Amino acid sequence: MIPFLRTRILSSAVPLVCVVLGVFFLARMTGNPVDLYLPLSATPEQRAEFSAAHGFDLSIPVQLWNYLTDAAHLDFGTSLRTGRPAGEMVFDAFPVTLQLAGVTMLLAVTGAVLVGSLAAYRPNSPIDRIASLLSMTAASIPDFWFAVMGVLVFGVSLGLLPTSGTIGGPEIWVLPVATLLIRPFGVLVQVVRGSMVTALSAPYVKIARSKGATPRRVVFGHALRNAVTPVLTVAGDLAVGLVNGAVIVETIFGWPGIGKLMIDSILQRDFAVLQAAVLMTAVTIFALNILVDVCHALTDPRVRQAVPA
Amino acid sequence: MPREETDAPEATNSPDTTDVADAAGGASAARPRRPSHWRMLGRDRAAAVGAVIIAVVALVALFGRPAIGDRARRQELDASLRPPSLDDGVYGLLGTDVLGRSMVARLVEATATTLSVAVPAVLCSLAIGSALGLWAGYHGGRRESVAMRVADVILSFPSLLIAVVVLYVFSPSALNLVLILAVTRIPVYLRTARAEAAELRSRLFVDAARTFGTPSRMIIYRHVLPIALPTLLTVATLDFCFVMLTESSLSFLGIGIQPPDVSWGLMVAQGRQYLQTAWWITVLPGLAIVLTTVSATVLAAWARIATDPAQRWRLTLPKRRRPRSAPVPPEMIP
Amino acid sequence: MTTTSPPTRSDADTPALDVEGLCVELSTPSGTVRAVDGVSFSVRRGRTLALLGESGCGKSMTALSVVGLLDPAAAVTGGAVRVRGDDTLRMSPAQRRRLAGPVLSIVFQDALTALNPVQPVGRQIGEPFRIHRRLSRRQAREKAIELMTRVGIPEPRQRARSYPHQFSGGMRQRLLIAMAVALAPDVLIADEPTTALDVTVQAQIMRLLRDLQDERDMAVVLITHDLAVVAQRADDVVVMYAGTVVENGPVRDVFAAPRHPYTRGLLDSVPEDSVRGRPLPAVPGSPPELSAVPAGCVFQARCPLVRERCVRERPVPRPAGEGRSAACHFSEELDRA
Repeated sequence: MIPFLRTRILSSAVPLVCVVLGVFFLARMTGNPVDLYLPLSATPEQRAEFSAAHGFDLSIPVQLWNYLTDAAHLDFGTSLRTGRPAGEMVFDAFPVTLQLAGVTMLLAVTGAVLVGSLAAYRPNSPIDRIASLLSMTAASIPDFWFAVMGVLVFGVSLGLLPTSGTIGGPEIWVLPVATLLIRPFGVLVQVVRGSMVTALSAPYVKIARSKGATPRRVVFGHALRNAVTPVLTVAGDLAVGLVNGAVIVETIFGWPGIGKLMIDSILQRDFAVLQAAVLMTAVTIFALNILVDVCHALTDPRVRQAVPA
Repeated sequence: MPREETDAPEATNSPDTTDVADAAGGASAARPRRPSHWRMLGRDRAAAVGAVIIAVVALVALFGRPAIGDRARRQELDASLRPPSLDDGVYGLLGTDVLGRSMVARLVEATATTLSVAVPAVLCSLAIGSALGLWAGYHGGRRESVAMRVADVILSFPSLLIAVVVLYVFSPSALNLVLILAVTRIPVYLRTARAEAAELRSRLFVDAARTFGTPSRMIIYRHVLPIALPTLLTVATLDFCFVMLTESSLSFLGIGIQPPDVSWGLMVAQGRQYLQTAWWITVLPGLAIVLTTVSATVLAAWARIATDPAQRWRLTLPKRRRPRSAPVPPEMIP
Repeated sequence: MTTTSPPTRSDADTPALDVEGLCVELSTPSGTVRAVDGVSFSVRRGRTLALLGESGCGKSMTALSVVGLLDPAAAVTGGAVRVRGDDTLRMSPAQRRRLAGPVLSIVFQDALTALNPVQPVGRQIGEPFRIHRRLSRRQAREKAIELMTRVGIPEPRQRARSYPHQFSGGMRQRLLIAMAVALAPDVLIADEPTTALDVTVQAQIMRLLRDLQDERDMAVVLITHDLAVVAQRADDVVVMYAGTVVENGPVRDVFAAPRHPYTRGLLDSVPEDSVRGRPLPAVPGSPPELSAVPAGCVFQARCPLVRERCVRERPVPRPAGEGRSAACHFSEELDRA
């Protein structure tokens, strides 16, 4: 288990390092990074002053060193828009997105396991076909359009749900979570169904049935844990992809999460905040990948022993 | 043929274990003829409908723009926000937007723009990803692990976020959009192609070709590519949806296609503020996206089965037993 | 045994398993084909019956229909499978589940895939006790350890916590057998139990099966394509070809004087010292595709005795000596050859 984790942590750290370096070099690739930080209307004097204050006139290796030590101290500079430290803004926004994403993934995984198993238990039955067609549609609906339609139908026409904001009871969660949910749910149903069909036709399932196990015991006691490996992998990837959805959902519904923060900082050209948000996301994804690997090891004894190359 | 003498019982004492299968001759029986793809497509109604929709969308994108002229941009302010009706000719069929521009014309124009981003992006990533993947998979070793690690790095980051950051640093133009979408999707093909090539490189016919001194470039092109191609094309069909959705999302967020150009995602964004008074501006382009992506998904699911010799039989079964879909392959998830 | 009526052990006249006219159909692209066509046999407790045939002749399909584990693409379309006199094909799924384990049990060929890779083996072996006797986890575990000891797993107490991939092929097969005999079933079906194993391990496994059979007085249906296994192990043999039974009877008699040209061909194709230097005789040709089984005799295309009648009329099994039958119009001629 320990050597397994060590290998996985090392290989998951590679993307993290790439992102950290990528942000640094991307900012300097376009010529003068000062252009990224300062508004277009800044005077040459302001630019020179800013450049000196932030060390952009130093050599690249020195800049890189400063950048890395600042990042390690969670110092990402100051937001031009609000004057607050960028790191603080990101930490304020982060829990909002995390809650939204957590609720969504929980619902998506439980729902998909139930629907997918039901569909897989009788392949090609009407239930299976309906589940497959619906999940394919769900996975291909653009989430921003789904959100706008939700607002149109439930907010504007029926007046049942609030169209934006984070103040209120549980009803404020419905549309944002539903919007985030459709794609992961659609994809996961198909993955669960596929791997459950494979697992249910495996000889060990036949043996379990030959022991007189009930269908419930066969599905949940024997097949599900074997089917869970691809589901976990895909669920991990989908959780990473939730950042995409969060950008959309938080923009449309006005949630002060990290996605909205990123879009706002792009539209208002606030590079310090964008950089902090991107790095924070990269760290979260790194942690998520480790979590998925641990889950893999917990569900499959073969993974625990094998040390991947 | 049975021998003359009847000493069969001795056989039972033979220490050798003998398979009955050994007794059978080696002649292989004739296989039933393989049904044509067109006929299989015809039998799966959902896939057939999907194929027709994709064909229509492609035709509109190709020939629509010359047909509508400048109507997508022509403003008629006194015809602002007209609802869909049958009274105003073809161009009034689906109503007008706030500047009085015909929705029909704008949808046609947007189809062309959307596809002119999605198709080149998919083709680029398909070509580059497949080439790299086949090369890495065929040679194996260090080349393989480096290529795979690069793919992992790109895939482990949300593609929308990469696009957002890059489009911030560079300006959002159609060309940049194509490039960034192509780069973020290369790993998908790279992984698929590598897996196929790694599996094929140990096959006998590849060994045979190698024994004859065929250069590896030629082996990949002649022996590996043709077998991997159906899978790669299926993945590309599915990926087309993803690229289209990403482009729409970016345009919707205001960092993709920029006005006065128009794409489906941008149309949805522009219609948002008139949601309460003019639903058609938002609903129609969204429907266009959904129809196209769902069709492509259904078609890809069908193609997965149709191009897989082990599964092709499913499509020829009578209706009752036919499966409708294959699961999305894990490499398709963003 | 807590379920069903008291076993009919004393009633020697009722076979433990009696299959009659079993038909199984399979859905394929070119329509429905009959994979098993009117197969009948019966076996008593303590006896071993071998189902012998080439791959694809329907022997495994027969076994799976007996235990009710057919794939969805296949369906039993006729016949009866009587266990202690009751037809399992007419039972509800719940009734069948009550038989599965205490009465009917099966051992598969590939023990690696037949054991659940993510469960400790002790739990899998104890599962029948949990399901049918409602034992606690701890009690089931003790039972599993007993069984593992019985089938010869060293250090069973520690090994019960191991996973299938941590065992060798022979050990896995022992585990699978332990699981199948856990509740001392009346009928044990062994579907090529030794095909995937080394020759030396094969012999050990066959000996284990025999010992367990004697201990628990089970009827064993042995599915195999191995003539030597049949000769050494079985009391009766049912020879299958293209989904039908071509010959049936006590192994000793059938192997001594086959009454069907197919059985004869099989026996002739066994290598022997006496014919060294001569090409090994084989049955020419290959079995018919299931979709193209001829109207007359199923074996006509490869039969040395084929006549016009064989093309016209399918032979039905006829008595051919004491407790034997053969489905050949001209079985008498084989004696004279």
